[in-house]
Amino acid sequence: MKILIVDDFSTMRRIIKNLLRDLGFTNTQEADDGLTALPMLKSGDFDFLVTDWNMPGMTGIELLKEVRADDRLASLPTLMVTAEAKKDQIVEAAQAGVNGYVVKPFTAQALKDKIEKIFDRV
Amino acid sequence: METQLSTPQPDMIEELRQCAAALTEKLQGDQYEEASALIEKVMVCRDQHIFQSIGKLTRGLHDAMLNFNVDGGVCAPSDAASDECEFNDASNRLNYVIELTQNAAEKTMDMVEEAAPISLSLGQEAAVLKTEWLRLRQREMTPEEFRVFHTRLDDFFDVTSTSTLKLNENLQNIILEQGFQDLTGQVLKRVISLVSEVEGNLVSLMRIAGQVESIVGINPEEVKASANDERDIKGEGPQVKAEEREDVVNSQDEVDDLLSSLGF
Repeated sequence: MKILIVDDFSTMRRIIKNLLRDLGFTNTQEADDGLTALPMLKSGDFDFLVTDWNMPGMTGIELLKEVRADDRLASLPTLMVTAEAKKDQIVEAAQAGVNGYVVKPFTAQALKDKIEKIFDRV
Repeated sequence: METQLSTPQPDMIEELRQCAAALTEKLQGDQYEEASALIEKVMVCRDQHIFQSIGKLTRGLHDAMLNFNVDGGVCAPSDAASDECEFNDASNRLNYVIELTQNAAEKTMDMVEEAAPISLSLGQEAAVLKTEWLRLRQREMTPEEFRVFHTRLDDFFDVTSTSTLKLNENLQNIILEQGFQDLTGQVLKRVISLVSEVEGNLVSLMRIAGQVESIVGINPEEVKASANDERDIKGEGPQVKAEEREDVVNSQDEVDDLLSSLGF
């Protein structure tokens, strides 16, 4: 499975990459913003998107909406991993079609649970 | 920066009162010219107060700009040390914090990534040796196999020795890396104090501006409403006091509960 990790902090990208590797997912790529991620998604063949919310160019929620609006990408499983904890935002993400929402700081177990849940449903 | 009352000066109010009383008197006595002159006097009195307050506002702004070393709104980062723009300085300090924390995180992860395979392989080798050891104890081992086992055990003791040295070294380094907290803490304290100072100055400016507004009769209320709407859906970053807020979740469990309660 090919996964794209999107976050503007390289430290967080590294952490998620390591956690995914521990779970057996070794085929990962990274992007530092929604703006750089979108073309990668459109031209690549990713099976899973993990994204932060707050990014300077294009936010995670905007990226998600772009993905859901694209014919080829519309059903791409997407997990948000973010510090944003406002109820309004969580609901907005769910309504925009996110498949899972993990708040930072998170545990390896929380990440694992959400990923398993997403791929059980698909 | 000093600022006085947020209501007009008592002597101005007194003067207005006297004028009002005199005005009423003149009008009742049909002395329209004198009444007119009085009205003009009241206006002059008011205008003077406006000018005084605007003067204070201007001086206040000027002082604030001096405090922040803002040069007409543009900061030159290459200025000599003592004249360095404080806003620029705060920005630099915060960037330093980001840099320091990122480096500490990266180095710590490097240490861990180095250590993990070492400890993993120690465990694996111990497991294999345990199996062989059991075979030995149950007398299932041939002499040839025993020689191999013997050497392997020897090697294992050596490897354990060097590995644990390395692991301890890495663990120590991880502790050292946490030193970033001291440095960033100091820097952040300075930024907090700068921000407080700016906040104080802004409050003073606001008071003076309020004085001017109240005399001129401007009502600033309408501006606030739209500002609130916009803030709602925008992100706020990590929540610092989540427990104290109603509109924010406090844990992954609360996120899950919220989503499932809405059918997601």
